[in-house]
Amino acid sequence: MATLEIRDLHVTVEADNATKEILKGVDLTVKQGETHAIMGPNGSGKSTLAYSLAGHPKYTITGGTVTLDGEDVLEMSVDERARAGLFLAMQYPVEVPGVSVSNFLRTSATAIRGEAPKLRTWVKEVKETMERLNMDPSFAERNVNEGFSGGEKKRHEILQLELLKPKVAILDETDSGLDVDALRIVSEGVNRVRETGEVGTLLITHYTRILRYIKPDHVHVFAGGRIVESGGPELADKLENEGYEAYVKGGASA
Amino acid sequence: MAEAQNYPVGSTTAGQIAVAAESTVATRMSAPPSFDVADFPVPHGREEEWRFTPLERLRGLHDGTAVATGDGVKVDVQAPEGVTVETVGRDDARIGRAGTPVDRVAAQAYSSFEKAGVVTVPKETVLTEPIRIAVHGEGGVAYGHQVIELEAFAEAVVVIDHTGDAVLAANVDYVLGDGAKLTVVSVQDWDDKAVHVGQHNALIGRDATFKSFVVTFGGDLVRLHPRVAYAGTGGEAELFGLYFTDSGQHQEHRLLVDHNTPHCKSNVMYKGALQGESAHAVWIGDVLIEAKAEGTDTYEMNRNLVLTDGARVDSVPNLEIETGEIVGAGHASATGRFDDEQLFYLMARGIPEHEARRLVVRGFFAELVQQIGVADIEERLLAKIEEELEASVA
Repeated sequence: MATLEIRDLHVTVEADNATKEILKGVDLTVKQGETHAIMGPNGSGKSTLAYSLAGHPKYTITGGTVTLDGEDVLEMSVDERARAGLFLAMQYPVEVPGVSVSNFLRTSATAIRGEAPKLRTWVKEVKETMERLNMDPSFAERNVNEGFSGGEKKRHEILQLELLKPKVAILDETDSGLDVDALRIVSEGVNRVRETGEVGTLLITHYTRILRYIKPDHVHVFAGGRIVESGGPELADKLENEGYEAYVKGGASA
Repeated sequence: MAEAQNYPVGSTTAGQIAVAAESTVATRMSAPPSFDVADFPVPHGREEEWRFTPLERLRGLHDGTAVATGDGVKVDVQAPEGVTVETVGRDDARIGRAGTPVDRVAAQAYSSFEKAGVVTVPKETVLTEPIRIAVHGEGGVAYGHQVIELEAFAEAVVVIDHTGDAVLAANVDYVLGDGAKLTVVSVQDWDDKAVHVGQHNALIGRDATFKSFVVTFGGDLVRLHPRVAYAGTGGEAELFGLYFTDSGQHQEHRLLVDHNTPHCKSNVMYKGALQGESAHAVWIGDVLIEAKAEGTDTYEMNRNLVLTDGARVDSVPNLEIETGEIVGAGHASATGRFDDEQLFYLMARGIPEHEARRLVVRGFFAELVQQIGVADIEERLLAKIEEELEASVA
């Protein structure tokens, strides 16, 4: 059973010629089949956690450990982490001009699976997954994220999630900027992956809205660069009613 | 109306991006066109048309000190049946009909060549195989002139392939008869030390179509002037270019489309990738729509992909419009960096770094390469791009 273990993670970022600590000791264990929601106010460091796990060069790990099935994730390059089974659905997916979605998906699947998928089954797999996400077939011929609407970008992220079948999926504010229909479609995609029982999901969000579609097993409140409270789904209801004020005013937030 | 766009993508580079200063086509040249080198003063480097070019690397082509040697270039022409291939003297009346030299080096080439090549595709002859002109540098200095003429309704593909090492100043005339269709691919695949300067003039007949690919990979210094004018209405020009500028190379493409005739079209698209310390690419795109050229439809675009620090691009699109009675006119220039965010995104999907770079650069050039339509040239270009990328990873 795949397990992502984060222990006492400290992360800094360089900004305005100064080093700023964003993550101040994060502890979290995500097991295959579990869904964890990380909720917190803006600026609490949620996205930093997501990008640090994926290995974005902007962030410097200054302390702590991250392991996936005992393997040291922090020692791996970005692509090695992905091949080890980590997936980050990004809040702001990047445009890659000149590279078509179909070429990108196939190159990525080849890298992750270790061999090129058989063309016939691959084409069918992509087509069916796109259909379920309400994506037009012409989408495959467009350049990666170029001119995509906000909803299209998020659907494209979830398409990759479904095709790449990671061990641990980190969804960074996948719900932001989506209308109700798009949110439902995207959530259904995430739920299809969750229902396989083979993925651990780390759902990072500012709002409780997406939790109506994707039911978490655990909810964590993130503030001031660490997890300040953990509980079951009922914690989300509390946040829905009371907001983050108690956590922010408690002085935990920077 | 004109539309100028520039998107410096990503973070700043150590290089530089220059866009459309206040220069115009009319003021760009410091001397009027002439076939005689004596009509041009020796450039000092501050003239508008020379300000980007490192004169000291022209090896004397600009100041009369480069004297032709016997071992300049070897030219080999392979043409399908029905095509006339000739070598003619300076006084042949067919030379110089497509355009007049606009700078000192082009005039020097015109004043200095001894024999010119003339390739003629007769009226209504439609070729199924390309005409191939191999220009191989043998290490010396050479001046040359080539005429390629398609008579009315002829159709042909011409590949001019430059390899080896030389200091070469050579002009090319493309003369298209009424309704003719010419596709020409000029490949500059020189060795590292070569210097190549030339003016390529196309004169497009009524309802004729001229499609040109200028592909520059090699050389120490390459400076080409692709120029187009129209001899009748309904002419169309598509000018495509692709360059891959490496460390220390200077590659300069200076285009002019002269809409001197009503109801003609032009479409320009040049794309370049740069990598390495002091790689320098220059792209000048001049389009002139003369007062009489009503119904003109033109668009020009230059895109550059800067792969590493230390490379420099000067991209100057320029559109001069003397009549409002046109279908459309526009230009765009964009220089972007292969940025860390693109790299991160692709790598976050398991794609290794070198593969990610290859994907992006291949993608960047693909739309151009695919349009060439000459299979062996397309394959060679893709292989060449791979080779350049391998060199950058190493």
